[in-house]
Amino acid sequence: MTFFQRNSLALRLLWRDWRAGEITLLAAAIVIAVSSLTTVSFFTDRVQRALILQSNQLLGGDLSIISDRPFTSEFAEAARTRGLAVTSALRFPSMATAGGESLLTDIKVVSAGYPLRGEVKLADALFGAERTTRDIPAPGTAWVDERLLSRLSVKPGDSVTVGRLRLRIAALVTQEPDSVIGFINSAPKLMMNDSDVAASGLIQAGSRVRYRLYIAGETAGVDEFRTWAQTRIGAGQTIEGIRDARPEIRSALERAERFLGLAALVSVILSAVAIALAARRFLRRHLDGCAIMRCLGARQSTVVSLYLVHFIALGLVAAIAGCIIGYAAQFALASWLASFLAVALPLPSLAPAIYGLAAGVLLLLGFGLPPLVTLSQVSTLRVLRRDLGLPRAAGLAGYALGFAVICGLVLSKTQDLRLGAFVLGGFVAAAAVSVVLILGLLRLLTQVRAGGGVSFRYGVANLRRHAMANTIQVVALALGMMALLTLTLIRGDLLYSWQATLKPDAPNRFVVGIQAEQVQPLDAFFAARSIAKPVIFPMVRGRLIAINGRTLSSTDYTEDRARRLIDREFNLSWAERPQPDNRIVAGRWWDDPAARIDQLSVEEGIAATLGLKLEDRLTYDVAGSTFEATITSLRKVEWDSFRANFFVVAPPRLLEGLPVSYMTSLFVPSTQTATLNELVREFPNVVVIDVAQIMAQVQKMMDQVTNAVQFVFLFTLAAGLLVLYTAIASTRDEREYEAAIMRTLGASRRQIAATQLAEFSLMGALAGLLAAAGASALGYALALKVLHVPYEANHWIWLIGVVAGSIGIAIAGMLGARRVLAAPPLQSLRRIA
Amino acid sequence: MPIVRAVGLSKQVETGDARLTILDEVTFDIAEGEAVAILGASGSGKSTLLGLLAGLDTPTTGVVSIAGTNLFELDEDGRAVLRSQLVGFVFQSFQLLPALTALENVMLPLELAGAAGAQIRAQAMLERVGLDARVRHYPKQLSGGEQQRVAIARAFVREPRVLFADEPTGNLDSATGAQIIDLMFELNRERNTTLILVTHDEAMSRRCARALKLVAGRLSNGE
Repeated sequence: MTFFQRNSLALRLLWRDWRAGEITLLAAAIVIAVSSLTTVSFFTDRVQRALILQSNQLLGGDLSIISDRPFTSEFAEAARTRGLAVTSALRFPSMATAGGESLLTDIKVVSAGYPLRGEVKLADALFGAERTTRDIPAPGTAWVDERLLSRLSVKPGDSVTVGRLRLRIAALVTQEPDSVIGFINSAPKLMMNDSDVAASGLIQAGSRVRYRLYIAGETAGVDEFRTWAQTRIGAGQTIEGIRDARPEIRSALERAERFLGLAALVSVILSAVAIALAARRFLRRHLDGCAIMRCLGARQSTVVSLYLVHFIALGLVAAIAGCIIGYAAQFALASWLASFLAVALPLPSLAPAIYGLAAGVLLLLGFGLPPLVTLSQVSTLRVLRRDLGLPRAAGLAGYALGFAVICGLVLSKTQDLRLGAFVLGGFVAAAAVSVVLILGLLRLLTQVRAGGGVSFRYGVANLRRHAMANTIQVVALALGMMALLTLTLIRGDLLYSWQATLKPDAPNRFVVGIQAEQVQPLDAFFAARSIAKPVIFPMVRGRLIAINGRTLSSTDYTEDRARRLIDREFNLSWAERPQPDNRIVAGRWWDDPAARIDQLSVEEGIAATLGLKLEDRLTYDVAGSTFEATITSLRKVEWDSFRANFFVVAPPRLLEGLPVSYMTSLFVPSTQTATLNELVREFPNVVVIDVAQIMAQVQKMMDQVTNAVQFVFLFTLAAGLLVLYTAIASTRDEREYEAAIMRTLGASRRQIAATQLAEFSLMGALAGLLAAAGASALGYALALKVLHVPYEANHWIWLIGVVAGSIGIAIAGMLGARRVLAAPPLQSLRRIA
Repeated sequence: MPIVRAVGLSKQVETGDARLTILDEVTFDIAEGEAVAILGASGSGKSTLLGLLAGLDTPTTGVVSIAGTNLFELDEDGRAVLRSQLVGFVFQSFQLLPALTALENVMLPLELAGAAGAQIRAQAMLERVGLDARVRHYPKQLSGGEQQRVAIARAFVREPRVLFADEPTGNLDSATGAQIIDLMFELNRERNTTLILVTHDEAMSRRCARALKLVAGRLSNGE
């Protein structure tokens, strides 16, 4: 047989099998696996390409230095002497008001030349035509985003007040460089001219200002400047270049890729099970054909290569279909997740499609080849004696290639050997526990089946006969159901538990950036409106620079949080008495603050993160001057109370003379929100943060993320159902045959249907039980480890899991097995026996 | 009244454009308690005839009545009920349900008919066929002869008025086959069951009172 003849025969066989419906299930399994993989990889590929293609657009320059204090002039000078273009911007939160409404806004102050790279796009009205500009807002004007327009009900041409300054809205910004991802920064935006800042009076002690310097020019000059700048920057200053652009996007992307990728892998693993089952059915159905081919002189190798071509062609076609579905489905993911990215996503590259095609073909070969090899070993005697049965199966070892493919996929998703091993190990362990559990339950059911009716008894007998195969089905279905239960019930419970920790009269507004001279007038303001006078706390922004005389660097720590705490300034406060909701857990609070002033009380969580203990001496840098003090107590703080609280508190006189601002938290009933607008009018520099709004943002973000995850898990459920359907299909002949025997023995359709109903609903109940257990364990882990809320076990989940599982699987199973009831008994017996 | 009556029974199947006649105008009566062999070469239509007599398949034309009831006036479920009340089967390939033990297999027809005392009756029947030591075994743990004994026990446990046997010794060696045949005829006599035996074995057909010989779908004159 020539190469051409063989391939053409293989393709003709493939076509005939397709027409006969012999390979629909194999194809469906590949399509599900590939579409779930490529949905995620097309999406992450688009984000990656956005980062590569738009890196300097994202950065606003070729290099950018970010600082929490103003730059000394040497940076700009050093850049200019190297022939580089320089501009700067600063950014801070503030209140913008218009027509009596006030809104927490992300203010960006830009100077001439901004942006050095990338473009700003403007429109004159909502949804108006876009134009690109090389200018910055003229003095006295502001450019705002669509959210500010809609939230303050203003339009271009209207005025908006920031601080003491009234700005005319000149345009609507539709795109700008260096916008930041993440919900915290998703406040409405306003861009204004550098020359207006002084008049606004917005930058005062305690303002959270991020300064940014943009550099652009010849690569050599930029590199040289970078090397120079690296030696000049201090704590709280970082350099970002094109190569390391937007680390926050990168790490968010990596996390998303890992998480969604692993979620997609669950469906791949289930699809692999479906492929293995469908391939065995394929084997059984093709034994006769192969025996005849062998009789007619085909060698084993011919049979293998014939079906190899057959499988590769099938794998490719199905994987292409999967890629097309994945390509379409990634738009859904993008619609939920891209809103965090503030980046226009380019179309994806071909890489995910190639990845999908390779994965599809390899999966089919890995899990389809073992039965295929068996096919080549079929005895030619089968032509004479059909009862010879199946050639010896390849066993688990035959699936080595399949396992290798799965391991490869897991590692390619985790990009980390340890995590990959952890995921695989976890999966194998969970599967093993589930298998043992299900086998045990089946055994138990067998014990009690004598007590049940004939349908129940026979249903149990059916389940137990293919105990292993049925267990695999139950576990596969349970995985799909667990994903859904977690995302519906458990997610609701967790949100509820979290919200339940908030008291209804918990403070719902933070007022920050109050200046010393505003404290008295603010008290008067509240008194005049008969609002309970809130406690106003002093706040000094300082950076921890040394512990026990040893200078700190963020590289001393491995934990991200610790590094951030070292890099950034954080808020210190002073107090005579501890706050009522604080509890001293070690050391003593200063009873007589006059006795010793160089004391500090530290929150226990931050102490643990930074490795601080009682009697450690901490050195702080506050706006260039330093002080030293000893930790004399550790406190436990109820952060969930949403009352103002501080990591580090000192006795009153220690922080005297340092730049101070004040803050408070208060509960404002919804009927009195107008008061807040008055407050902002009277004290234009203060920033009012709406806790409810932040909570709403967090919730919206969680909703969008869960939508995305839920979407990926739909593939898991589809794969779980496919496993069920394939398993039913692979035992359909057996079922039909047994139903025929029962019919000859006088069983009615109803009795046979009842038997199958018992079998499927038992299987569904077992899967539901397992799914409920898994989802509860997951919810428990999430509550304790991630959300840090007490977990309220939801007992309904067991009932819902079992009932929904048995009804759902019974319906799916009866649909899959309906043909069994339709055929006349003699026909079935003839065809199968 | 004959217990089984076939009148003008024909079965044709479509094969592409052609029409293949498997049974052609077969008519006969079988009296209660009679042992009748349906004899014929391979492809003569004898298994098709058996299937029609038992209501496992539907004819193209013609009538089959068992104990006066026209099978094909009943629907599939109606025929199933009639089978559970009047008919027993023994197949060439035993057709035991692999998921059930020997005892459960024998209990099955009783349970399907909702009969009382299924376990006791099944146990007694298994003792009668000499398998009292094997009641808890699954089919795959039994030899071919033992499996056929279970099948015979299953067929007789409902005390059917008609027993259909389709080449009951076809899958057994001759010594075991002879024992099975002896057992079947013994039970037939004990319980006055009508036995309709499909076989291609002339020797076996001679043990029956009468033989219906099928040649190419028609009853030959040698009846």
